[in-house]
Amino acid sequence: MTNSAKNIYLDYAATTPVDSRVLKAMQPYFDEKFGNPASIHWAGIKADQAVEEARELLAHSIQANPEEIIFTSSATESNNLALKGVALANKSKKNKILISPIEHECVLNSAHWLETQGYRVELIPVNHHGLIDLVQLEKMLDEQVLLVSVIYASNEIGTIQPIKEIGQLCQKVGAIFHTDAAQAFGKLSIDVNRSHIDLLTTSSHKIYGPKGVAFLFKKNGIKISPLLHGGGQERGFRPSTLNVVGIVGFAKAAEIAFSDLAQESKKIKKLRDQLISKILSTIPHSYLNGHPKLRLFNNINFRFDFVEGESLVLGLDQHGIAASTGSACSSPKLEPSHVLTALGLTPVQAHGSLRLTLGRFTKPQEIEQVAEILPQVVSNLRAISPFKS
Amino acid sequence: MNYSPQVLDHFRNPRNFGSLEKASGVGTVGNAVCGDVMKLYLIIEEDKEGKEVIKDIKFETFGCAAAIATSSMITQLVVGKTIKEALQIKNKDIAAELGQLPSSKMHCSVLAANALAEAVRDYREKKNKK
Repeated sequence: MTNSAKNIYLDYAATTPVDSRVLKAMQPYFDEKFGNPASIHWAGIKADQAVEEARELLAHSIQANPEEIIFTSSATESNNLALKGVALANKSKKNKILISPIEHECVLNSAHWLETQGYRVELIPVNHHGLIDLVQLEKMLDEQVLLVSVIYASNEIGTIQPIKEIGQLCQKVGAIFHTDAAQAFGKLSIDVNRSHIDLLTTSSHKIYGPKGVAFLFKKNGIKISPLLHGGGQERGFRPSTLNVVGIVGFAKAAEIAFSDLAQESKKIKKLRDQLISKILSTIPHSYLNGHPKLRLFNNINFRFDFVEGESLVLGLDQHGIAASTGSACSSPKLEPSHVLTALGLTPVQAHGSLRLTLGRFTKPQEIEQVAEILPQVVSNLRAISPFKS
Repeated sequence: MNYSPQVLDHFRNPRNFGSLEKASGVGTVGNAVCGDVMKLYLIIEEDKEGKEVIKDIKFETFGCAAAIATSSMITQLVVGKTIKEALQIKNKDIAAELGQLPSSKMHCSVLAANALAEAVRDYREKKNKK
């Protein structure tokens, strides 16, 4: 479906449009300031200055030092670098890795791969809202734990974890703490020192920056091995010619996100709560997945009995509304969401879930329209369903 | 993943959905764990030559757009046909009539063909009991 004026985009967790201010900041770096930051001549210097300014801004946005930022191409790459990089650099020391069962596929699958390399991976239990069980985590944290990886805020259900408490527990036993903040970065105030975070993943295209750029925060002193080998860029941790245009755009996007955070989060949260209460009160057998309070200000994840998620998404698409069943990455799969089943939902319940994620450009009248259309779509599908209340 | 215009049409305007109270045969296939359950209701009558003809058919489906579209399509393909003719329709025929299905969704057409076979089996079982 083409993007016409009547279309409504409620899939900001999948990706966001590039903000016009970001695009403007990127523009000169395509042609005018095209240099390779590794070059020592005037063209290289201009590009290098831009990258270092961006690095400084991004570092400060999470209270880190510039040399603790490693630019990568995606959150998937950052998560791979964090997990595999730590494992490869710390071989034959500790052999246990703890992750939550509601991680993004790139963390889950990196951990599964490390199992084939001799690491033991254990899942930290979560409650029905998706919150980590801190008591269990403390019991699981022994001297054999090399790394703990917990998603800062869930991409599917929006639940925000007690990151500081997890960080403190890890620090007590000397386990390295990584968090995937791809959805949280730019939406929550993050302090890597206060929360005892050793490694943190971010992404540009979730915060109105361009796709194809991200960073991994790596605290000074934490040892990782690179996954790529090449020239010495990013202090050898991630050799490749730097994506100058993308990095400049990412920094501008972060600058806007953090300066407008208080105002924007308040505005979007209000719209989110209006839609949640409208839908739960008008559609029978409807529920909210995830934590009612401790959730990202833009995330809604509904569950409707007797209908299936993909048909909900296509039913909404027919009315120009873009939504998703969960992670966009898992759309072609047939299994129910691993995140929703980890909350204790049955596969049938998990199949009936719908994620709506709001953003900077969501208008109040769009939310009103969705509140009108969604009940019709659900009711049409229920009329076809063999399951009835 | 892109659905054909035919799939989208059958998904948006499903033909023959609902149930039949006096069905001669009912077939339920699929598994809610996998996200697809299909139920077909048939009314079968014998014509003057004694051939068993599908006079009416309805479906109820829980599942993705492809599951709904294949259910809708099979009802259209078999209504008015004899049981013998209807059972010759293979899952590939259903997919072809829908302008093909994405490969990850081919199992939906298998489900539709199985639902028909199951409804016919149920009809025969009920008939033999009489």
